[in-house]
Amino acid sequence: MAQTSAGGPEPLRIEADVLVAGGGMAACWAGISAARAGAKVVLVDKGYVGTSGVTATGGPGHWWVSPEGDARKQAIDKRLLTGYGLADPTWMERIIETTWRVLPTLASYYQFSVNDKGETVYNALRGPEYLRALRNAAVDAGVTILDQSPVLELLLHDDGSVAGANGVQRQQHREYSVRAGAVVLATGGAGFLGGLLGSSTNTGDGHLMALEAGAELSGMEFSNQYSISPRWNSTRTLIYSWARYFDADGKELDVLPDNDVLERALIAGPVFALLNECPAGLRKTLPQIQPMTLLPFVRKGITDVYEKPFEVKLFAEGTIRGTGGLRIVGDQCETTIAGLYAAGDTATRELIVGATSGGGSPNSAWALTSGLLSGAGAAALAQSRGRRADSKVRAQGTAGLRPRGSVKPVDRRRVLEAAQNEILPLDKNVFRSGRKLRDSLGVLEAAWRELRDHDLAQGADAVIARETASVVATARLSYTAALARDESRGMHQREDAPEQKPEQARRLLVGGLDEVWTRPEAQAQWKPTHV
Amino acid sequence: MFELIIRDRCNGCNRCVEVCPTNVLEPGPEGIPVGARVEQCQTCFMCELYCKEDAIYVGPDRDKREPVNEAQIAASGLLGQYRRDSGWDEWASNPQYDNQIWQLGPYIQAGGKRSVERVKLRIAEQAKRSETSDQGVPGQPKQGL
Repeated sequence: MAQTSAGGPEPLRIEADVLVAGGGMAACWAGISAARAGAKVVLVDKGYVGTSGVTATGGPGHWWVSPEGDARKQAIDKRLLTGYGLADPTWMERIIETTWRVLPTLASYYQFSVNDKGETVYNALRGPEYLRALRNAAVDAGVTILDQSPVLELLLHDDGSVAGANGVQRQQHREYSVRAGAVVLATGGAGFLGGLLGSSTNTGDGHLMALEAGAELSGMEFSNQYSISPRWNSTRTLIYSWARYFDADGKELDVLPDNDVLERALIAGPVFALLNECPAGLRKTLPQIQPMTLLPFVRKGITDVYEKPFEVKLFAEGTIRGTGGLRIVGDQCETTIAGLYAAGDTATRELIVGATSGGGSPNSAWALTSGLLSGAGAAALAQSRGRRADSKVRAQGTAGLRPRGSVKPVDRRRVLEAAQNEILPLDKNVFRSGRKLRDSLGVLEAAWRELRDHDLAQGADAVIARETASVVATARLSYTAALARDESRGMHQREDAPEQKPEQARRLLVGGLDEVWTRPEAQAQWKPTHV
Repeated sequence: MFELIIRDRCNGCNRCVEVCPTNVLEPGPEGIPVGARVEQCQTCFMCELYCKEDAIYVGPDRDKREPVNEAQIAASGLLGQYRRDSGWDEWASNPQYDNQIWQLGPYIQAGGKRSVERVKLRIAEQAKRSETSDQGVPGQPKQGL
């Protein structure tokens, strides 16, 4: 470990076949899958498995298509169109089939909702109950869970394969080190601490750790999805599908799903939502659909939420509902580092949705399936290769753990805000141009160097240091990829290159720590062996 | 943001300390947890969901605290609302708090359809009303959002 806090408890040393980092749906499914395959599994989460991450506070729908007739082919063809050449039908078919088969098996842990026809509805779940169920299923499968125990860095063997990870139990102020035969990263997407509900834990920690270990990422330019909420808090968004929008003069805005009227209006000035179109049935049932939606309104003293306009804001979703993440090079969700797997939003979801957000159902189906696949793959690898727990390893952490230059006090809040000022605003991240991206990258580069060269932290403070570094690092990757893709495709729109260029219908890989590189993916390298 | 714990209600179990995803709380000297890192609160209400005593009040604003009067909040009926509406614990058998999440998809689809129809109608009417003026072009098309 980089530092041992003087006077703190003895570091915890753990051995396992499989280490799962993260505590959301993908992490839980990965842990369950690996444990059921007979592996000894340790799952470490930054927060608490059950409340951490964007699913816990949400209501995940799952891509749910019957095998009957040609429904799946139609669903896949539709998604291939909006994937703009970057999605893979084999992966889509696989996640649809796996989700259809596996989700109902959770029935002994989760009480599925029953519709007005008396039918059990398997694809729509409530986040807190879903995560509570997954936690219980993981515990029953034999997974050892360490809550409040964020991973800080990866460990590598001399041959470059992954050996485990170091982290800190932040409530015990105790460092820990896990040695494992394989590691699954399921730490969530990179939300840039933009305030999206549930996303404060999703700072791109896994992205940075993997990047430091030499991993490749893909699709990081697709990192500019936003979601609507009251200006003062990010809430659930069902009611906004019925919303009307107005500018400060009371002029109604012609907001459509396929135009950018709302984004432009929000850059120009305040925008107000009016929910008076919400039908009576929805108003009555909303607390039973999304118990959290009205909670903040009531507490703000807003009793006429359906009758009076209120100011709204678009909250950045980063790569959470964007599509980029760690590059997947095998059909068990292998990354480019031997023994390292990626699941859920930590992995690229271009495989299933290409250049269009998989927010909502494809991402949930992906989290489930990639969790199961990575867990099984990691278990099999660990069982065949062994833990190699006694061999020499190298810790990979940089910024905040092993500063390159002289240690100096770093004002992390200021560095974070400087980076956020480039990556969060709509005018920079939605309406992109080469000039704006280059300017932003100058700021992000300076922020990264400051953290890399001077920041050193211990214990719970190291968690903040690493989160800050992860936000800066993922923002830097995102804009580097966005600059390299000098065309417009899906959610990535360049004002200076509005056309889609046929020769750029390839995934864009990105990596490197000191110098960020990009290159188009030559060809899909996986050979799916089963569906 | 996390605002307060009602002292008369808290049983000192520290479950909220354990479940907070952003590590806002820690055990307090008098057996009542304290907000040690409130600036890390993401206003997700998870602590309230896991508090069987309904002792926690999280304010609605994610950016700033809005101090409240403890006695007023205790009497407000707001405490425990989220846990009750979620049908947790003792509310699980009450049909009034059944999980109706299956209605999410249908309502989103219906709302989306209705909104598109309404806006397109507006645009068409505006175009008709002012065929000679140059409004219209409500914005640029976008993809992938």
